[in-house]
Amino acid sequence: MQQFVNTTLTGIGQGAIYAAFALALVLIWRSTRVVNFAQGAMAMFTTYLALVVIERGAPYWVALLVALAGGLVLGAGVERLVVRRVAGNEMAAVIVTLGLFVAFQAVASILFGATFKSFPAPVGLQGFTIGSATVAFTPFTVFILVSVGVVLAGLVALFRFTDVGLRMRATAFSPEVSRLLGVPVGRMLTLGWALAALVGSLAGLLIAGGSLVYPAYMDTVIVYGFVAAVLGGLDSPGGAVVGGLAIGLGLSYVTGYLGSELVPLAALAALVAVLLVRPQGLFARAAARRV
Amino acid sequence: MTAPANSPARSDAAGTVEDAAGPGRFGRLRRWLPKSVFGRHALLALVGLVVLVLVLEATPPFANSQFATMSYYAIAAAGLTVLTGLNGQISLGHGALMAVGAYTTGLLLTPDGLPLVVVMVIAAVVTALVGVVVGAAASRLHGPYLAGATLAFAIAVPGLAIYFHDFLGGEQGMQITAPRPPAWFSDAVYFLSANETSGVKFLAYVGWVTALLVLLLLANLCSSRVGRVWRAVRDDEVAAELAGIRLGRVRVLAFTVSAACAGLAGAVLGVVVRLAAPSGFTIVLSIGLLTAVVVGGLGSLTGALLGSALLVFLPPAITDVGTSIGLDDVQAAQLAPLVYGAVLVLVMLLAPSGAVGIAKRLVPAFGRGRGLRGRSSRDHHSTRRS
Repeated sequence: MQQFVNTTLTGIGQGAIYAAFALALVLIWRSTRVVNFAQGAMAMFTTYLALVVIERGAPYWVALLVALAGGLVLGAGVERLVVRRVAGNEMAAVIVTLGLFVAFQAVASILFGATFKSFPAPVGLQGFTIGSATVAFTPFTVFILVSVGVVLAGLVALFRFTDVGLRMRATAFSPEVSRLLGVPVGRMLTLGWALAALVGSLAGLLIAGGSLVYPAYMDTVIVYGFVAAVLGGLDSPGGAVVGGLAIGLGLSYVTGYLGSELVPLAALAALVAVLLVRPQGLFARAAARRV
Repeated sequence: MTAPANSPARSDAAGTVEDAAGPGRFGRLRRWLPKSVFGRHALLALVGLVVLVLVLEATPPFANSQFATMSYYAIAAAGLTVLTGLNGQISLGHGALMAVGAYTTGLLLTPDGLPLVVVMVIAAVVTALVGVVVGAAASRLHGPYLAGATLAFAIAVPGLAIYFHDFLGGEQGMQITAPRPPAWFSDAVYFLSANETSGVKFLAYVGWVTALLVLLLLANLCSSRVGRVWRAVRDDEVAAELAGIRLGRVRVLAFTVSAACAGLAGAVLGVVVRLAAPSGFTIVLSIGLLTAVVVGGLGSLTGALLGSALLVFLPPAITDVGTSIGLDDVQAAQLAPLVYGAVLVLVMLLAPSGAVGIAKRLVPAFGRGRGLRGRSSRDHHSTRRS
């Protein structure tokens, strides 16, 4: 019983992170119809930036800001310099983001070293004690849930209540009509990528917190985030959050009861099942693919 | 949406007219070539074999081992370029499929068990079966969905080797006993060149003979009805389906053929490297293969050969440059993936048709291959899908 509770709690924490990561993928997919396979590598890069800041003696919060700002700049830069030029070509977009993925990873290995480094957490990693038992619910889990919640609320507020958010939604909905109505479509796309990379950077920091970072540590997360996003329907931000939590819980059970080597296999099985049974995802409205 | 400018049927018709007229600089040369497509490809393969013997006998052992490495990259890249370039399916799972081939080889190849050829065929068949399953799941997917699913496959497979560690050797991997060159082979080589046959040279021969066979078969497949159907599906799914092509079946077949190539490549890799370990089949391997086919030119077997040469001979050169500008060994070793990534991006931005595409533009007579025909319809694809 205790193992079940602990596995569930771990799963919720992990799931929140996957949800943030899936959300970053969905934000980009909605506006540009690109799955950013470089998302994990970009997040890894900004996490290393934060680590450099921390190693210079700065507090965690400064590092957090540096990473998020780094994400903004990186996302905007990638959209402006690379992705914009392959817009509309599915295969080219996939290949280009994969190229960025490998390149970012190699640059990180060269600049920061390819060894394992420990990454600090801002709050304790010791589980709370309930009665006599210690559960796998730590202050850091609370931090994860709160920060992901804040980002979610911020995004909802942005899209619902601000002019910029409305313009971004219009751009995603119909770029041509938006352009006719005076929306600076290009700028909105750049902003969308920047925001998505910011959310991705947060996910990268949260995964790194209290554990080890190395240049490939986000490789599996990109897969889990993608599975979560597909599970929720690549078009639906709400679905991404639910999908992330579901994947986090599911994979946590696999880790707890079957063995951690099988986690990627379980993710693959989940992905195949979703794609075969309900390819539009759990939440996206079913739309016939235009041919 | 405009009508496709060149439907596959029409471009083939144009090709045959060109053949019959045979004008231009190469016209006289072409009269001496065999009439049938198979004959021409077989002649090329024979020329390849002669070049192979000359090169392997004239180069030192280290270069032999590099050529052995290049042979399995060439086999895998040829399989991938047919899948991605001709059928329009992207796969990031080919590294994992190579792992299937390598592990099958490792399990079956014992010092006095099955002969190497049989083991390689079995490895290809086993991987093809895996390819049927993956291809069936993938046949309904396209673009980023397909990429994501095959990426998940690539990440999942090495975990299996660790999970079944008693059987497959876990993290350490599985030792593979490299076969010794048989006596008749050493005698033949000695007769031809008066050189002794080292184990490495034998494996390079094995790898390249396999590669030439694979290239010959694929080249024929591509210029046959099967290849035309693949291109038709790539260029316009709806038109292909209306013409009575069953999309699902065609896609699964393409994936299976491609997987069989990856399995063979894995088998060659296994005996050349003498080890099948999870760390040898990371996502970087799959992306490296993708780099090879993209740089060479998607859909072109020549391009796949060029790309695989790049995968073998570029990293040492770049690493040398890295150490000479003062990077340490670990950092210098990372320059190669950096270049892969940068090259992938740059090629897609600047020259999406790759090296072979550029060559065709510079030398029009060279451009009779059909690998990239129909790529010009990309623009209308993009407007349709957006």
